[in-house]
Amino acid sequence: MKTEQLVEALVADRAAARKPISVALALGLGLGGMVSLVLFLVELGVRSDIGPALATWRFDLKVGMVLVTLVLAFALCLECMRPDAPGRPVRRLLPLAVLVIGAVAVELLAAPQVTWGTRLVGTNSLVCLSAIPLLSIVPLAAALAIMRRGAPSSPTLAGGAAGLLAAASGAMLYAFHCFDDSPLFVVTWYSLAAVPIVLLGALAGRQMLRW
Amino acid sequence: MADLNDLSALMRSARRGDDEAYRRLLGEVTVWLRVVVRRGLASAGRSATDCEDIVQETLLAMHLKRDTWDEARPIAPWLRAIARHKLADHLRRRGFADHVDIDDHADAPELAVEADPASPLDSRQMLASLPERQRRIVQEISLEGRRAADVALGLGMTEGAVRVTLHRALKALAVVYRRDRS
Repeated sequence: MKTEQLVEALVADRAAARKPISVALALGLGLGGMVSLVLFLVELGVRSDIGPALATWRFDLKVGMVLVTLVLAFALCLECMRPDAPGRPVRRLLPLAVLVIGAVAVELLAAPQVTWGTRLVGTNSLVCLSAIPLLSIVPLAAALAIMRRGAPSSPTLAGGAAGLLAAASGAMLYAFHCFDDSPLFVVTWYSLAAVPIVLLGALAGRQMLRW
Repeated sequence: MADLNDLSALMRSARRGDDEAYRRLLGEVTVWLRVVVRRGLASAGRSATDCEDIVQETLLAMHLKRDTWDEARPIAPWLRAIARHKLADHLRRRGFADHVDIDDHADAPELAVEADPASPLDSRQMLASLPERQRRIVQEISLEGRRAADVALGLGMTEGAVRVTLHRALKALAVVYRRDRS
């Protein structure tokens, strides 16, 4: 086919205007999140003391950290889908690093030193390590499916960003089940729980997001 | 072409449904791509034989991924990024691992290159990998220059169905290009 002929085919392919990628990604994540929400309500459920917990700064800070991760990972995914993304898009996560360090510092100041160990170990770490990845699988699949519309300069990085986004959505649900609110616990175990999903996202992205 | 960024106006019109603007945009980009790709191949020590293939594969990618250009940003870096990606991809498939650069001076029109008439890829051969209906629709629209509405009449389909099939065919074609043919 001559190039001029190909151009004619491209001009004729006037695809109907689609939803912007950001809207599509938000919708896809929302749909995947609904599946995880059902799974969450059936298998885990909201903690019994949710009322009083909402009034504690540690719980609010926990949800806040997860929320910030969710928002930053979403922006990172959008950035990674562009072919002309500037170098080092991971810099977008810098505010999260600052927040995490701040949260840990506040906890170390607020809590007596003898309790640091028990706060770090918590009561639920194994559940956390398995529940967050399980709650993240469907959102990850949804995010990757939408991100196939993108043209990432690095499919692996874009897949990893999708993994982080999915892990944050899973963690957002799990945060309402888990009794461990200490930043020492959250920073340690939530991060460890996100690792397999980020890796899975990167591996899948490497294949699925090539273009 | 004075400046690659001037093409952003054409792309904006094209997005609002102006076919003529899109045709002009793709024409200008083709001219630019031939220069850029030829230079890229030369700097990698490759012959220009595959030039037109890479130009077509890149055009197809720009078309299918045109949503990823953000109107608030200049279009030149976006065009260059896709050209670089496709050129690097092509060279990698042929075992060339080094970094490929699309140099900025390639925008200069000094080296306007004509399409190589002896492009190694025969159209029919390229299209042959598509399913029958997709192939016919691409062929009638591109090779025979017919309008989607007329093609629809001839095939007893709706125009919408022709366009959906055409879109699928182009996506399939992008995959065919991506597969190594050497």
